Amino acid sequence: MTVQPPLIRTAAPHSLTPAQLDPTKIMVRDVNVFYGDKQALDAVSIDIPGKAVTAFIGPSGCGKSTFLRCINRMNDTIPGARVEGKIEIDGDDVNAKSVDPVILRAKVGMVFQKPNPFPKTIFENVAYGPRIHGLSSSKEELEGIVEASLKKAGLWNEVSDRLHQPGTGLSGGQQQRLVIARAIAVEPEVILMDEPCSALDPIATAKIEELIDDLRQQYCIVIVTHSMAQAARVSQRTAFFHLGKLVEVGSTEEIFTNPRETRTQDYITGRFG
Amino acid sequence: MTDAAPTKPDRSAHLKKRYAAEFRFKLYGRIAIVIALAFLTLLMGRIVLQGYSTFTTHTVSLPVYLDPQKIDATALEGANYDYLVALSLLKKLGETEDEYGTNSGEAMDLVSRDLGFQILNRLKADPSLIGKTVTITGPMKADADLYYKGELKRATDEADRKLNNRQLDWLDTLQKDGSVKGGFNVAFFQNADSTEPEQAGILGAVIGSAMMLLITALIAVPMGVLAAVWLEEFAPKNRWTDLIEVNINNLAAVPSIVYGLLGLAVVINWLGAPRGAPITGGIVLALMSLPTIIIATRSALKAVPPSIREAALGVGASRTQTVFHHVLPQAMPGVMTGTILSLAHALGETAPLLMIGMIAFNPGIPEGFTSSASVLPVQVFIWENASERAFHERTAAAIIVLLAFMIAMNAAAVILRRRFERRW
Amino acid sequence: MNGHIVKSYEEELNQLAAEVVRMGGLAEAQVNDAIGAFARRDVPLAQAIVGKDEKLDIAEVEIERAAIRLIALRQPMANDLRRAMSAMKIAMNLERCGDLAKNIAKRTLILAEAEPAGPVTRSIERMGKLVAGRLKEVLDAYTASEVDRAVAVWTRDTEVDEHYESLFRELLTYMMGDPRTITAGAHLLFVAKNLERIGDHATNIAEIVHYEITGQEIVSERPKMDALSQ
Repeated sequence: MTVQPPLIRTAAPHSLTPAQLDPTKIMVRDVNVFYGDKQALDAVSIDIPGKAVTAFIGPSGCGKSTFLRCINRMNDTIPGARVEGKIEIDGDDVNAKSVDPVILRAKVGMVFQKPNPFPKTIFENVAYGPRIHGLSSSKEELEGIVEASLKKAGLWNEVSDRLHQPGTGLSGGQQQRLVIARAIAVEPEVILMDEPCSALDPIATAKIEELIDDLRQQYCIVIVTHSMAQAARVSQRTAFFHLGKLVEVGSTEEIFTNPRETRTQDYITGRFG
Repeated sequence: MTDAAPTKPDRSAHLKKRYAAEFRFKLYGRIAIVIALAFLTLLMGRIVLQGYSTFTTHTVSLPVYLDPQKIDATALEGANYDYLVALSLLKKLGETEDEYGTNSGEAMDLVSRDLGFQILNRLKADPSLIGKTVTITGPMKADADLYYKGELKRATDEADRKLNNRQLDWLDTLQKDGSVKGGFNVAFFQNADSTEPEQAGILGAVIGSAMMLLITALIAVPMGVLAAVWLEEFAPKNRWTDLIEVNINNLAAVPSIVYGLLGLAVVINWLGAPRGAPITGGIVLALMSLPTIIIATRSALKAVPPSIREAALGVGASRTQTVFHHVLPQAMPGVMTGTILSLAHALGETAPLLMIGMIAFNPGIPEGFTSSASVLPVQVFIWENASERAFHERTAAAIIVLLAFMIAMNAAAVILRRRFERRW
Repeated sequence: MNGHIVKSYEEELNQLAAEVVRMGGLAEAQVNDAIGAFARRDVPLAQAIVGKDEKLDIAEVEIERAAIRLIALRQPMANDLRRAMSAMKIAMNLERCGDLAKNIAKRTLILAEAEPAGPVTRSIERMGKLVAGRLKEVLDAYTASEVDRAVAVWTRDTEVDEHYESLFRELLTYMMGDPRTITAGAHLLFVAKNLERIGDHATNIAEIVHYEITGQEIVSERPKMDALSQ
């Protein structure tokens, strides 16, 4: 009385179905980047959702920072850099002739690896951006913007009584939050972070990660990180880059429990030869 | 391979050699510094010793009878006031005029002609003074002053000195009865150049230098700083800009006299600028300072870390905003230091200014930028070549003043840099 | 697959797997011995089995500790994480197998004092051999990391159930035939049940091995033909 053994049915892949995420904020198709003759990025295509954190991981020199800098056209400042392909934010091509990089960089803010506040007062650091973009029409309005930005960056309580002291006098973690406040002050829609915590101690790192968690309710955040643990903690989507190519992209849960590509698995488990 | 034991004594011998070498190195360094300081002390000491006496001078107070017979109220300039002064001096000394006029002549040799000019000016202001006796205070003539300072000695043979024994006796008498007093040489700082050493001062040269430096600064600083900013921040990096950079570096090393030739040929002959005027000197020195200012500014700009530029660009500043709001202010200490040092260097330049004709004798303060002027280093040069003994000490005094200015400018550069560096 | 860049990590992972294999061997031995002791009414062997069960308990605790240590200190990801979790779960299942084998041995001691039960015993022995074979097969699949062998074990879960069904009826018949055999029969029922559960644990281990290797859980209904199962 044997019965036909039923077919093995395996569990559905655990990924955030696209319906759960915001629609695509940044659409990238077939981007190639060259530094002179050397190709740094090869046919990268990816959809980055809004109001979520997307992490780029990969070994050194794999092109993740280069790709990040394409999004706000910071590669324009490097002589000999050439960007091909389409990068669209909300449907508008970033590299179009009609797009002024200055306006773009207000819309797409950037936080760098080593905290780099301006050598000015804390107030001036945050106020500079709104001022040059004409976002405020009076002194009170400007002060309001500064206060709001510092609050959002979780720094207000620590610096409200010393706004006119130099920004460089803060600790590393505070400086990085100041830089984030500076980026927020110009009302961005996307915030790019290039290894924001690599120069910080674990507690400062945790505070920044908490801030990122907060900020993703409002902004599209793209973070490049060397720490896979951080990518795992902080992001909803993860993309793995290797030798200029985008190897795999998926939900963070999927990438870290059951990635599709062997290369991805080798990288995240520390098996890279 | 080898035993551990034999290497141990080897190592300590090696260590001893190293310590010995370090000690020798430090010793050489110290010796070098001592030698340098010795030369510096020698040089400065010699100049100071030669020049410090300039800062004191002797003045004489003399009641002068304004003989109405010798002064014509309608032609005040015609009178010989020096003669009147000499007569009054003889009277003071209890001497009289002799028939050949030798006495008055010898008396005139002791007192500066300045007294005569003072009388003229007073009479011009108030002609009613004719016939009265007025007390005039003025400097002693240069040789008399030198006698008082001990430069002109009795011990020298009478034939070899400017003043004879009788004159020296008169000088002693004047000093004893209090007519002659020693004091700070204000005239040195209040007067312009003069053929009479006792009346010669550096005011003309100082003002001439100041006017010239002003022109130099107005031309060279904006041009140099902006050129450097453009070359460093905006210019594309290609063969042309490389060529420009090489040329600028070479220009900084060109001998200054070449700039003098340039000034002569281009600025004076072609542009038609007046010879020996502050504006001409200013233009020539501006051209000379330009390469140094450009190089110093570029250095300062290069030293600003790229993270500042990235931060500014990242917030949405344009390249111009980035440079003028962030990079240049950050580079300011270096720029200011370079500029001030450049100008201090220009202050002491002589060769090119000689070529453009600043060697002329200028008895007064320059009236404007286009009138003939003298500058401090040229003044030193002129006085050094003068024959009068008294100019000897004045040359050194002028050098001291020049050095004082340069030290002040360098100190200003250091202080400014320290002050701005704190904000980093 | 490349090895870990950090060799000590690689070694720790292999060590953990080796411990599971070792524990599997112990459990296998216990099960085989229990069936043998039961079949031959071997009292000393049965007593030895009871004594050796402690080793399995200790082994399970150690494997759990090692796995937790690995997770805390190495933060394993993807397949490494699955390996660590699987080691823990398999150890749990093996410990239960050991307990069931001990139970069979205890009942053997009791049954040895009664009369031999005849053909029923042989049926139970046959079932035992089948179950022991499945356990061995699935442990071999784990050691060799072969998914197909594990899946084969999983699909043949019905065989054990069939055996159990027929044994159940046989024992009922046996007990109904002679009321004096009820005590022994009850014990024999328990032995049969224990064997069936060992079979279930083997199926569990098969599912775990499948997950470890492919990263996907099996969610099909386990083939169950028993009218008693829910």
